[in-house]
Amino acid sequence: MTQPLLEARRLNKSFGAVTAARDIDVAVAAHEVVGIIGANGAGKTTFVNMVTGWLKPSAGRILFAGQDITGRAPRDITRLGICRSFQVAQVFQTATVADNLLIALGIAEAGTGAGSGLRRLRRPDLAARVDALLARYRIADYRDQRAVTLPQGVRKLLDIAMAMVAAPRLLLLDEPTSGISSEEKFELMDIVMAALREDGVTVLFVEHDMEIVDRYVGRVLAFYQGEIICDAPPLQALADPRVKEFVIGEEHSSSGQGVGNAHR
Amino acid sequence: MAAARDWTVAGVTAGFAAAAGLGLLLPDWLMNLTVVAFARALAVLGLMVLWRTGLVSFGHALYYGLGAYTVALLGKQFGISEILVTLPAATLLATAVGFLIGFIVRRYRGIFFAMLNLAFSMVLYGILVKTEALGSTDGFNVHPPSLLGYGPGDAGITLRGIFVLLCAAAWAAAILVHRYLQSTLGHLTTAIRDNEIRVEYLGYSVIRAIHGKYVMSAALAGLGGGFLAIALGQVDPDSMVNWTISGELVFVTILAGPGSVAAPFVGSMVYELIRSYAFEWLPHAWQLIVGVTLLGIIFFLPGGVWSLLARVARRGEAA
Repeated sequence: MTQPLLEARRLNKSFGAVTAARDIDVAVAAHEVVGIIGANGAGKTTFVNMVTGWLKPSAGRILFAGQDITGRAPRDITRLGICRSFQVAQVFQTATVADNLLIALGIAEAGTGAGSGLRRLRRPDLAARVDALLARYRIADYRDQRAVTLPQGVRKLLDIAMAMVAAPRLLLLDEPTSGISSEEKFELMDIVMAALREDGVTVLFVEHDMEIVDRYVGRVLAFYQGEIICDAPPLQALADPRVKEFVIGEEHSSSGQGVGNAHR
Repeated sequence: MAAARDWTVAGVTAGFAAAAGLGLLLPDWLMNLTVVAFARALAVLGLMVLWRTGLVSFGHALYYGLGAYTVALLGKQFGISEILVTLPAATLLATAVGFLIGFIVRRYRGIFFAMLNLAFSMVLYGILVKTEALGSTDGFNVHPPSLLGYGPGDAGITLRGIFVLLCAAAWAAAILVHRYLQSTLGHLTTAIRDNEIRVEYLGYSVIRAIHGKYVMSAALAGLGGGFLAIALGQVDPDSMVNWTISGELVFVTILAGPGSVAAPFVGSMVYELIRSYAFEWLPHAWQLIVGVTLLGIIFFLPGGVWSLLARVARRGEAA
C-alpha cells in the first residue's frame, strides 16, 4: 500500500472526565472523499480540531504525508497543506467578498518568504485570481457585497473558497450544509465538490445529512462516544445496525416519536 | 466597481509641502501650536493602525515620554543636541522598549490590552516622578537643538527649522504607513479585528502581526515625543508620560478617524485649536468644551473629522 496522506494512530482526547476521542486509528489515502458522521458530541469536530491543530491530542500521533504534525499550531498545519472550513462560516465580516478572497490570497503569499507580507495587495495578478475563485465557486454576483450581508449559502461557499486559497492537499469541511435549506444543499455541494475534484484535493467532511453522505462520499467514518464504530463505503455503513442505532437513530425512532429522524 | 484613484500620496505630499511653506509665515503662537499638534499626530498615526486592528492602548504616553526624555537626557548627560542623533535615538529606544513589551501585550485584547499598556506607562511615570536627578515632577530643560552642528540661537528661527524638519518626518511617516496599509500586513488590521480564527487558519500568526503593529506604533510615538521635547524645550512627567496624555492620544485618534494617514494630522490640529480657544473662552471649564466635542464626534461623526472632509470631497467630485 502507498503511504496514506493522513494517518491517525491511537488518537485520544479527554476533557476532564469526558472522553472525546478514544483510540482513533484511521488512514486516508490521497484523493479519497471521506464523510464523518455521528450524533452530537460523538467526537467528530474534536477529530477535525485535532487534525487542524486547534486541539492537542491527549495521546497518539497524527501523520500527514508521513510527517508527524501532532500538536502543531493551526497556521503551521495550514502551511503544510491541511485547510478547513467551518460549521459557522468564518469570514471577514466587514470586508467585501472579493476582499475576503484577496486577503486570503495575500496571507497565502505572505507565507512564502520574508517581506512578501509587505507587497501591495491590490495588484492585477491577485485580482485575476480573485475573479477565478469567484467564478469557480459561483459567487461572482456577490463580489462587492460585505460578507456580513450575505445569504448563508453564499457565506459557506466563501468560507470554503477561502480555505482552498492556500492550495491544500487535504481539506476538512465541518458541516458544509448546516444552516442551508434542503433545496439549496445539493446545488451547494455540487459546486463545492466539482471545484475540489478539479484541484485533486483529498476531502474529509463532517455531515449530519445522510442524503449528502450517500451522494458525495466514497467512504464513511461513523463516530460514537469518541470511537470509530464503522469504517466502510456509504451503502454498507448506512446499513450497519450500530450506525443505525447510534448515528441515524432509527432504533430510537421506531420505539417512539420519530425524534432524531428529522433528516430522513 | 472600478477602484477610485488613490490620491493619498499626492495629497499628503502637497499638504505637507504647503504646510511647511505656509507655516513659516504663521505667528509664533500658532506655529508653536502646530508643532505640538504634528508631534502628537505622529503618535496618533501609530494608534490609528492599532485602532484599525481593534486595539486601543491607554498607555502610549510611555513611548511618547520615552522619546521626549531620550532627547532631553542626551543633551543633559552627554551634551548632544544634534537633532539627527537625538531623534533617531528617541525612535530607536521607543522601538526597542515596544518590542520587549510587545511580547506581553500582544496576547491581550480589549480592556486588558488597554489597561496593561496603562500599567506599563505608569511604571515609567512613577520612576520619573521619584527621580530627583531628573527633576521629579518639574522635569528639566532640553538643550537647544542643532542640525549638522548648526544651532541658530534665535528661538523663532529654531522653531521654524524644527517645523520644517517635522513636516519632512511626518510626510515620510505618513507615506510609509500608507504603503504599509496597502500591503497584506496592512490589511491584517481590520481582518484581525473581524476574525482572528480565520487569520490563523489562513496561515498567519495573529500575535506576530499584532506585535509588528505595536512596535510600529511605539516607534512613531517615540519620534513624536522627541519632536515635542525639542519644540517645548522642556520635559516633565505630567505633560508627556502621565495617563492623561495617553488618554489625549486616544481622544485625538477618535477625533481624527481611521480613514486616512492624513487624518491624524488634521485631527490633531483641530484638537489643538479647540483646546486653545476653549481655554481662552472658558479658562476654568475648557475640558467641558473638549468633552462635548468628543461626544458630538462619537454621535454624529463616528468616522472622525476625516470622514467629514472625505464627505465634502466626494460631494465636490459628484457635482
